[in-house]
Amino acid sequence: MSLDNYLYLSALLFTIGAAGVLIRRNAIVVFMCIELMLNASNLAFVTFSRMHGNIDGQLFAFFTMVVAACEVVVGLAIIVTIYRSRRSASVDDARLLKL
Amino acid sequence: MNIAAIVNNQTQSPEAVLFFILAPIMVLAALGMLVVKKAVHSALLLAVVMVGLAIFYIANEAPFLGIVQVVVYTGAVMMLFLFILMLVGVDSSDSIEETIKGQRIGGVLGSVGVGFLLISLLSRAELGQDYVGLDLINSEGNVQSIAKVLFTRYVWAFEVISALLITAALGAMVLAHRERILPRKSQRELAAERVRQTSIPVAGLPGPGTYAQHNAVDIPALLPDGSPSDASVSKVIAARGELANPANFRMKESNGNSANGEAGEE
Amino acid sequence: MNGTSQMLVYLIAIPLFSAAFLLLGGRALDKVGHIIGTLASSAAFVIGLLEFFAMLGRAPENRGVTQRLFTWIEVGNFNVGASLFLDQLSMCFVLLITGVGTLIHIYSIAYMSHDHDRRRFFAFLNLFIAAMLLLVLGDSYLSLYVGWEGVGLASYLLIGFWNQKPAYATAAKKAFVANRVGDVGLSLAVMIAFVQFGSVSFSGVAEGVEAGKASSLALNCLGAALLLAAVGKSAQFPLQAWLGDAMAGPTPVSALIHAATMVTAGVYLISRSHFVFDVATIAQTLVLIVGAITLLFGAIIGMAKDDIKKALAASTMSQIGYMILATGLGPVGYAFAMMHLLTHGFFKAGMFLGAGSVMHGMNDEVDMRKYGALRKYMPITFVTFGLGYLAIIGVPPFAGFYSKDKIIEIALDAGGAKGIILGSITLLGAAITAFYMSRVMLMTFFGSKRWDAGTHPHESPSLMTIPMIILAIGSVTAGFIFNMGDRFVKFLEPVFHSEHGGHGEKAHLLPPIVVSALALTAVAIGVSIAIAKYGRGKEIPTVAPSDVSVWTKVARRDLLQDDLNEALFMRPGQELTKALAIVDEKVIDGAVRGVGSLTLDVASGVRKTQTGFVRSYALWIVVGALAILAAITLVTL
Repeated sequence: MSLDNYLYLSALLFTIGAAGVLIRRNAIVVFMCIELMLNASNLAFVTFSRMHGNIDGQLFAFFTMVVAACEVVVGLAIIVTIYRSRRSASVDDARLLKL
Repeated sequence: MNIAAIVNNQTQSPEAVLFFILAPIMVLAALGMLVVKKAVHSALLLAVVMVGLAIFYIANEAPFLGIVQVVVYTGAVMMLFLFILMLVGVDSSDSIEETIKGQRIGGVLGSVGVGFLLISLLSRAELGQDYVGLDLINSEGNVQSIAKVLFTRYVWAFEVISALLITAALGAMVLAHRERILPRKSQRELAAERVRQTSIPVAGLPGPGTYAQHNAVDIPALLPDGSPSDASVSKVIAARGELANPANFRMKESNGNSANGEAGEE
Repeated sequence: MNGTSQMLVYLIAIPLFSAAFLLLGGRALDKVGHIIGTLASSAAFVIGLLEFFAMLGRAPENRGVTQRLFTWIEVGNFNVGASLFLDQLSMCFVLLITGVGTLIHIYSIAYMSHDHDRRRFFAFLNLFIAAMLLLVLGDSYLSLYVGWEGVGLASYLLIGFWNQKPAYATAAKKAFVANRVGDVGLSLAVMIAFVQFGSVSFSGVAEGVEAGKASSLALNCLGAALLLAAVGKSAQFPLQAWLGDAMAGPTPVSALIHAATMVTAGVYLISRSHFVFDVATIAQTLVLIVGAITLLFGAIIGMAKDDIKKALAASTMSQIGYMILATGLGPVGYAFAMMHLLTHGFFKAGMFLGAGSVMHGMNDEVDMRKYGALRKYMPITFVTFGLGYLAIIGVPPFAGFYSKDKIIEIALDAGGAKGIILGSITLLGAAITAFYMSRVMLMTFFGSKRWDAGTHPHESPSLMTIPMIILAIGSVTAGFIFNMGDRFVKFLEPVFHSEHGGHGEKAHLLPPIVVSALALTAVAIGVSIAIAKYGRGKEIPTVAPSDVSVWTKVARRDLLQDDLNEALFMRPGQELTKALAIVDEKVIDGAVRGVGSLTLDVASGVRKTQTGFVRSYALWIVVGALAILAAITLVTL
């Protein structure tokens, strides 16, 4: 099996994640889809690391994980705050900047 | 057996088997995330994808990342997601109708287009060199080799990212913090409030089950004048129509003044 | 030829500080303002006299003195010092300005005694004296320019002194605007001088001209620009229209500024720039033409005016036309122009003061048709005015005879057809002058009483009559004194460096005695017609008759100069302004507002794409990513 398959899988998962962001309205699900996209890119990093015999790819995946964790923490806190005031977790309801 | 070995730019067949079993599962789980109604189900399907990814990391000679993936993502992050889901309501599910015109079609078409182009680009990409594998680098241990690079070449990025993590933690605290507008009520104030209000009797509601020969929860208490008290039974029971009529349990000789028998219907 | 003098600055500084003091001092100085003003003017006159005697004590070639005050402008190699320069030419003016000025100050004390703004009046008079002295004492065109603007300002302020009357304020504005047109000429002249010679001082320009630094075209342009300046300031054709209206100012102002001094600044400018005009022949010819036209213009207008001050103003215009014409005749003319200027300063100032005295006694009536038979009621005014009258029409031995006769003489001597034309014009002017001045004289002092009811003419107080008497004495004697042995011409000779100067070297067209006889004949004709028309037994209607020839009507309307100006400049200007206002409104404002509304429209259109849904924004991100990927795909295909 060619290692390229991992990359195809990565692209596929990334696409599915993107579609989820566009289609789903629940902010938590949207967040999960973003996580899916980040993880898909991580898979590409790890695969390239193995292809090129270079450990840096794994390090980048590691950093991505940390950044993703930060993003989840802050993002979920924002969702909780919005939910508290608006009783809704739908991203469509948070459009106060629109007249 | 080293399943990670690469020969002639091809992986060993066990890895291929692993891939072709796991990859469809992951793709299906990911697609499932998009279509299931309940957010909890999405979270569980995401967990499936994450575990699959962890396995692929390990297969791709990144055992440390694989373990971290399981611990951090499938463990901590997914737990956080589920926790928040509980907080905002487990059953907060999307309605199926799309409210933004063209959003669903546009989203699907756009995503499919991006995916198609990505895959077509990847398939036509000339990577230009043989697969190397990480055997040499991982020879003294994957964790050691990661540590060696992380704390030398990437030490600055490491420090920065740790600062980011701390900032994120603080940010979450600030965002989740709710400012108290009124001072906290003392027990004395709570007691005074309770006496002053009129909707609930200070002495408490009368207890049901005066006639103890039955399961007494559905039988209202009798007031001193002999009439049954609606307040003594749960409203849920009354709504279900399962309220018992106390008149049914009267002594036969005293049924002459049963004026309030309309409350229940058996 | 330059000595130095430390006194010159005080000539200007004393009246200037007095003006500032009176203006800033406010009402507290109301009681003494006129005294301070008069003292300041007198002090300047005394200094002028001292300088004059000091000057006479020096050899004719060394009579010019300078006083360097400070470096005014120093930019690169452009260096203008604020220096004062007093030579024989300036001296004539200094004495005229301070002398006549002081007399008029004294006169004004009485004339303005009922005006509650007398202090302000004296402040403006002092300001005028200071500015006029700076004009004649500056050693460069730039210093002259400052004084030039200063007298313009003082003139504006004084014409509009009674600015509570809109017509007077308008007259002031008109004078100011007409002067502005001339000022453009002066500023152009300064620029041309700087560009051509790198210097704006009189000596620098004179050296430059002598060294042949400038082309003949540049010199003619410079001369034309200077002439434009002179035309504006001296109310010459075609900018003469403001002078008649300028009579709105108090009569002493008309006497000082619009008869004796300021309006002669143009003559000074041309005489001072003689080194330019001597070589710029086209410009010199223009000077001649302007002078000749104005001479007749003023005289014709003078015949038609019933307002005594306007008749005198027209006469001023005409007499300055004589002077300008004389300066246009080249080196022979400057001295006679100056001589006529000085004698004119005496008799015209005297006549204006006389007119003021008449108005003073006649409840400020200016219409001569409502005068008549005043000689019995105002004997001193009659005598002084009469002496001035004899002087202006050129009866020997009064002052005007000597100066005007000389101008006619040199005009005839100009040579060829030019000489004959100019001579005829000057002779004709002399005849008309005699006619209209006799008309003024007859209508005012002779004939029957045509006064309005309730008018009680009386002689003016001595503060007013004494200056009139002094000026009358000047009118009688000045010409004789100046002309005795060509004294005045010789006095001025070093200034104009006229190697072939003086007169008499050229062959005369006619012998001087014949010229004088011709002039006197012309005068006699003019006087006779006036007597025939307005003399004894002729009834003069109190309202100007309307069934007169079209020529009279035209003359009454200042020969249509106002109509011409309005048709040529004002109306098109107004139309242009209206058009520009429309352009401003529609095009410029429209563009500005259009940008705004365009932005609004575009924004409200584009705003519709802003749904506020984060998911549609995400979709656009995906579309962008798609586009980038598509581009990469296209490139790599």
